[in-house]
This record gives sequence, C-alpha cells and structure tokens, in this order.
Amino acid sequence: MGCWVMAGITFREAARKKILWTALLAGLGFLALFGIALHYQIEDFGAHSTAPFIRYQILSAMLMVGLYVVDLLAVVMTILTSVDTISGEISSGTIHAIATKPIPRWQILIGKWIGFVGMIAGFVALTFGGTIAVAYWVGGVMPENAFHGALLVFLECLLALSVTFMFGTWFSTLTNGVIVIGLHGLAFMGGWLEQMSGFTESARLVAVGVVTSLIMPSESIWRRAAFEMQTPLAGSLPFSPFANVSIPSPTMIGYAVFYLLVALAVAVYHFHWRDL
Amino acid sequence: MNHHAIQTAELRKEFGNKVAVRKLSLTVPRGSIFGFLGPNGAGKSTSIKMLLGLVKPTSGEAFVLGERAGDVAVRRKIGFLPEHFRFYDWLTPAELLRLHGRLCGMAAAKLRERIPVMLDLVGLTPHRDKRVHDFSKGMMQRIGLAQALIHEPEIIFLDEPTSGLDPMGRRLVRDVIRAQRERGATVFLNSHLLSEVEVTCDNVAFLKDGEVVAAKDLHALGGAEVHVVVRARQLSPQVVAGLAPWTTAASVEGEQLTMTARSSDVLPDVVRHLAASGADIYSFIPERASLEDLFVRIMGEDRGL
Repeated sequence: MGCWVMAGITFREAARKKILWTALLAGLGFLALFGIALHYQIEDFGAHSTAPFIRYQILSAMLMVGLYVVDLLAVVMTILTSVDTISGEISSGTIHAIATKPIPRWQILIGKWIGFVGMIAGFVALTFGGTIAVAYWVGGVMPENAFHGALLVFLECLLALSVTFMFGTWFSTLTNGVIVIGLHGLAFMGGWLEQMSGFTESARLVAVGVVTSLIMPSESIWRRAAFEMQTPLAGSLPFSPFANVSIPSPTMIGYAVFYLLVALAVAVYHFHWRDL
Repeated sequence: MNHHAIQTAELRKEFGNKVAVRKLSLTVPRGSIFGFLGPNGAGKSTSIKMLLGLVKPTSGEAFVLGERAGDVAVRRKIGFLPEHFRFYDWLTPAELLRLHGRLCGMAAAKLRERIPVMLDLVGLTPHRDKRVHDFSKGMMQRIGLAQALIHEPEIIFLDEPTSGLDPMGRRLVRDVIRAQRERGATVFLNSHLLSEVEVTCDNVAFLKDGEVVAAKDLHALGGAEVHVVVRARQLSPQVVAGLAPWTTAASVEGEQLTMTARSSDVLPDVVRHLAASGADIYSFIPERASLEDLFVRIMGEDRGL
C-alpha cells in the first residue's frame, strides 16, 4: 500500500513541478527535429538521384543516430529527474514526516522507484516509438528488432535510476549527480574505446572497454541494442559508430540486470539502516 | 497495558566521536503533556528522532506505548510535527493531509470526513486551495500540526510547535494540545518557549549534555519554596526571628523584609504572624520561581556573551 502511495506522489510531483511536461516537450522537440532532418535528406536524395539501396542505408543510419540520441536523452533525463528524490528529501528534512508514518522504509524507496519507472517507461515509449514512427512515416525505414531495442534502452534507464537511488542514500544531491554522470561518462568512454579497438585491433583497448563496462554496464546495453536494431550491412561497416566490432554478449546484459538489482538492494538496505 | 507512554533506559547516540545523547533515561506517563527542555545542542532533537525510529541508538533501549521505538506497528499510533516542518510544498493543504492520512492507512471515506475538520481546527480552511509553498512559516506550522493529528494518534511529538506562530497561533496550539490530552493522548513537547511549556505541560525533564539532569512535576511547583518581598514598618528583630517555622531565610533592610517561605501554603500564617506582631504591612508580594528561573538554575548561566 505504502509503495503505491509513494509511487503516485512521485509521479504527481513530476507532473506538478512541470518536470514531466518539460521532459515530454524536449522529447517532442527532438522528434520534430528528427522528422525535419529526414524530410530534407529525402528531398536531397531526389535532387541527386541517389540509388534506392544507398538511400535505405543512409536513412537507416540516420534512424540509428536518432535512436542513439533517444537513448542518451532518456538516460540523462532519468538521472536529472531522480537525482534529488532521496538525497534532497534527506537533506531538507522532508523525509522526517514521511519516514515516521507506519510504512517500512523500503516501501518509501521502492515506491519512489516505481513512480520513476512509470515515468521513464512513458518517456522511452514516446521518444523511442515516436522516432521509429517518424522514420517509417517520413523515410519508410524500420529498425530490426525494434521492441527488443526499446526494452534494452529501458533497461539502461532502469540501471541509471537504480544507481542514482543507491548513491542518493549516501551522498548529497550534487555529489550523487557527479558520481552517476561520471560513471555513465566512464561507461560511454569505455564503449568508444572498444569501438576504436576495431580500427586499431588492440586487445588491450578491448580489455579496458570490458573493465569499464563491468564498472558501469550502461553503455554496453546500448551497444547491444544497436547491434540488435541495425541492418546487417550497417553493422558490418567498420567505420560506423555502431559497428559490430565488440558486441556485448547476452551474459553482459545478464550482468547489467544483476548490477541493477544489486544497486537497488543496496539502496534499500542502506536507506533502511541509515539515520535520517 | 503499559502505563508509560515512553520509557527509555540509558539511551545513547554517538555520531563518530561526538556523543549527541549520553544516557537518556526517561519515563513519560500516558495521557500527560510532557515538556522536554534543554539548551541548544543538548541532544533533544536526536532523542526525539530515536524515539521515532529516525535515528538508530548506539546503545540502550526505548519503548513507546509499550513497543520498541521505531517499530512500524507503533508508528501507526504516533503523530509527529518535525522542527523544520518541511513538507511536499507543491501540494495544497488538503492534498497534503490526504497523503499523510493515506500513509497512516486511513480509508478514503474517513479522510474525506476528517480533512475539512483538521483544516478548520488549524484555521486553514480559507487557504485550502493555495499551494503549501505559498504559505507563511506560521501557516506551514499549522498544516504540520494538522498532518500530525490527522489519524488521531495516541502520542504526539511536537518539536518546537510554536516557534513561527503569532500569539493567536500559539493560543491555538495550546488549545489543540490540551484537547489532545482531554481525549487521552500523550503529548511530548520540545520547546524553547518556557512560558508556553509552563502553562501547558504536566511534567518536564531537563536535558543537559545528552543526559536528563532534572525532572519536575509542574503541578507540584506550587508546593515549592516561594520568595516573598514585604514592605512594612515596625519590623523588629524578634518579629523576623519569629518567622523561622515558615521560612528558610529572612532578612530586613529598612522597611523591606525579604524571605523565602517553605511553600505557598504557609503564606497566610506568615501574614497572620506579622500582623499579630504589630507590623504595619503596606505590600506582600510572593514571587514564585518561574520555569525560566528553574531552567537557568539547572543549566547554569549562558556565558556565551
């Protein structure tokens, strides 16, 4: 019961504070921009009488870039909207009137988590689904395994959310934000290092990438999603940013799920035992 | 049924090397209004947080309404107004009360009936459509009081409940506290406003350096020693010496007699003795030690300035 009350109030807070609407507006803005870009590209194809096969590959690549932006936007939105929810209420003392109510502390934390999960699901559905719909409507292209890709992007957001919650039970809002953004940046860097290993054929570069993925597996989830969604030809291009140079295995996705659950469990445990 | 609303035994809390509460042993009777007094940094807020389960004690035991402090079951019977009264200020007062009521497990129908009553009780009915972030400090305190009472708790912890209120607000809080006692609830009051405590509380405990150094029954204070200043003529040394059965000290300087009577009960005997001895009495002023005097005596003077 307490979980659902907290989930509802978290959702309502985002709506009342205009966080939800701002995020949705940003998502819609992106979709409009993406649609315009695709439209102009198609007009230019006509002017240069580009071959249909090349057209399809270029539009598919643009779709992948669009989905990559959706992924980045969703993760950043997840971190920014949730970074203050635990640490902010602890430091302001707002938590005192809530944590003295007859609900276990884990229900407060999990309730808030569920509230954010609902919001993120809506955001990913709108922006991810919207990008695919725009690409199909304007350019007539569809990604491979779109649903699977969307689930992986959603998983990446849940991972970022759980890690943000975990550090929020320890640190102030600012410190929490720096840590989580820093970790995601590290994962981002690691992912690109692995991609670069495709050009340099450096096993050590791959090792560095794998280690960073173990420290924070968020970017490896995206690379798996990209592998699942792109056309076989686009994936085989070595100079593409989404090249299938070092594809995270299903085991890595399993590791990311495990990581997420551990982060959430640690958040619950620490929130239960800490002084407020 | 346990007759104590609160019972603690050598409760201790350390934050790193700092000892916030040294050895808190406290007993609060059910149905009473209990004042918890002490200077800044004495450990009052940490003690309250331990009783509410917000802070885990380093050692010692605490029971609230016979159950271990902080247990979910006992929290159902507790109301709490925190010192800094920070709430979800993007809600309206009615929405805030609904949230806190639902967290207390109240049914929607009961809440529909109770929320207008509570808003009326704390004088916020005219402001029911405003957002809490538009509230003044005093209004925040009023809505905080309402959320603490929404589920009719058996024990209410009020941490500085009148600090932001005007005189009317203070009177309202005083009346609300008394009404809680009348319905059988216990009120645990932490306040720096000693005059408020004096007129509201039944018992007080003085906390110093994380330890209870004194406890008083305020109703029994009337039986304590009373300082009396008398202006009179014809005060012979024999007259003053004759006051010994009723006083612990007496001295004369010109027309002014100052004495410490054993209790207010003996004052009529003192007046009769003075009149019978031929003294011409112009004024007789008993000055009972206020709670503030008692506080200063127990805590010592503040030498900060």
